[in-house]
Amino acid sequence: MDEIIRFEHVSYSYPTEVAAADKDGAASGSSEDRSVTPAPALNGVSLAVRRGETVALLGHNGSGKSTLVKMLNGMLTPDTGTVTVCGMDTGGDPLKIRQQVGLVFQNPDNQIVATVVDEDVAFALENLGVPPAEIRERVDAALRDVGMSEYKSHAPHRLSGGQKQRVAIAGVLAMNPTVLALDEPTAMLDPKGRVEVMETVRRLNAEKGVTVVMVTHHMNEAALFDRVVVMDKGAVALDGSPREVFRRAEELQALGLTVPQTVALAQALGLDAAPLTEEECADAIYHAYKGEPHC
Amino acid sequence: MLKDITLGQYFPGTTLIHRLDPRAKMVLLFAFITALLMANHPLTYGFVLLYLTVTVSVSRIKLSSLFRGLRPMLFIIVFTAVLNIFYTPGEPLVTFWVFKITAEGIERAAFMALRLIMLISATFLLTYTTSPLALSDALARLLSPLGKIRVPVHEFAMMMTIAMRFIPTIIEETDKIMNAQKARGADFETGNLFRRAKALIPLLVPLFVSAFRRADELAVAMECRCYHGGKGRTRMNQPHMAARDVWALTTSVALFAGVTVLGRLGWFLP
Repeated sequence: MDEIIRFEHVSYSYPTEVAAADKDGAASGSSEDRSVTPAPALNGVSLAVRRGETVALLGHNGSGKSTLVKMLNGMLTPDTGTVTVCGMDTGGDPLKIRQQVGLVFQNPDNQIVATVVDEDVAFALENLGVPPAEIRERVDAALRDVGMSEYKSHAPHRLSGGQKQRVAIAGVLAMNPTVLALDEPTAMLDPKGRVEVMETVRRLNAEKGVTVVMVTHHMNEAALFDRVVVMDKGAVALDGSPREVFRRAEELQALGLTVPQTVALAQALGLDAAPLTEEECADAIYHAYKGEPHC
Repeated sequence: MLKDITLGQYFPGTTLIHRLDPRAKMVLLFAFITALLMANHPLTYGFVLLYLTVTVSVSRIKLSSLFRGLRPMLFIIVFTAVLNIFYTPGEPLVTFWVFKITAEGIERAAFMALRLIMLISATFLLTYTTSPLALSDALARLLSPLGKIRVPVHEFAMMMTIAMRFIPTIIEETDKIMNAQKARGADFETGNLFRRAKALIPLLVPLFVSAFRRADELAVAMECRCYHGGKGRTRMNQPHMAARDVWALTTSVALFAGVTVLGRLGWFLP
């Protein structure tokens, strides 16, 4: 299995306290607490992600997960240590690295540049100087991949949150990236929009083999990934399959996180199981009461 | 409430005038204004007026909307006309106190007013039949040769695009903040001008803070999509001049030039 992303002993501190307060990009009230302690945003992180893997990044505010995501495409470069993506050091040619790693942010409104959907999707390709005919093709393909083809001549502000976020995904997808990195893409969406985005991301992984790294606060979303990485104080605290990680509910709670509702229910019933879907949860409860171990 | 605000006044349509390439329309407007300003003979005026009338009727823009555009300019038009009536030397028709009205003055005033009205109408015709987006794009493309002499044409165009992209977003946000402040007892509607202006502060401060945050996030997102200025950039939509654009441009410009030259040289029948 070839590694697509490799972090080696990566440490990083934001240059000023103002920047540190803003490091999570989240408009949360806890920014004051963070700026008081000038701890490094990342502290000796080592991590490897394989091609085609889907990784959910968890962690409370200020744990360094957004910083880690911004390291993926060289928006931030480590103070010490190295980040390698597709065999390239992220300190190298930014255009090449950003083509490999498409980065999508939380607020869909603030990442759409153009006044028409297809022109926005074309933005990255226009920047890269791709010939017009090819741009057209790749824009249409990207919009098809996120299921937004019929909206291609719409104005972005008329779309729903989930649709806007899919346009934003198409905007980076047009570059044909190897890695799709998403920083809390569902945080500002309603439940319907969250499902739309999650389905799109999973489909892109399944059909196109895109490697996915996604920051999320929703445990039920994290349960759908191949792998869950929990960050705390700028370091990797837990790393494993969702089943392995969610089984350690107490450690998660100590890190300020919860577990998916299905896991919470199973554990409240005293079962030694980490069911990730409702189906599994029902099975686990059924088997537990019949006296057979499961999961 | 605020959602109804639109930028400029664009009346969508599918007439020939609407479908003309925006660059062609801009060049045509420029040619029209040149012909209009060079006009010095009633027949030239007549031709220019005829041209404008035909274009307006083809565009199906209502005369009433055209006149609405003229209203704010009414003062300037009247002022210019009045000045011309009194200050043109010639044979006085009526004299009272220090004023004298001459026949030349009346003629000149009429032409002056007509000239201004046509100038403004033609400009409005362009903005009525072309979307603001197409207009700014066309302007950027027409000005792009200036990039060679270091005029930041690309930056200007980018700014216009982003501004237009964010106007609806920020209007929506203004609405939200207004409601939030009203819910806390803010009063935007009563009191004198000074009070009302002061009441806007709790609206403007959060709006500006949020706009700066948006700008910051947008800049990062643009960088993530390989934005590095206008250098080496291509465009997906390559406008091409259709046959009708070329046809409209050449015939119109030829007509304007012909009429202007004839008028200037005095080759019309006396």
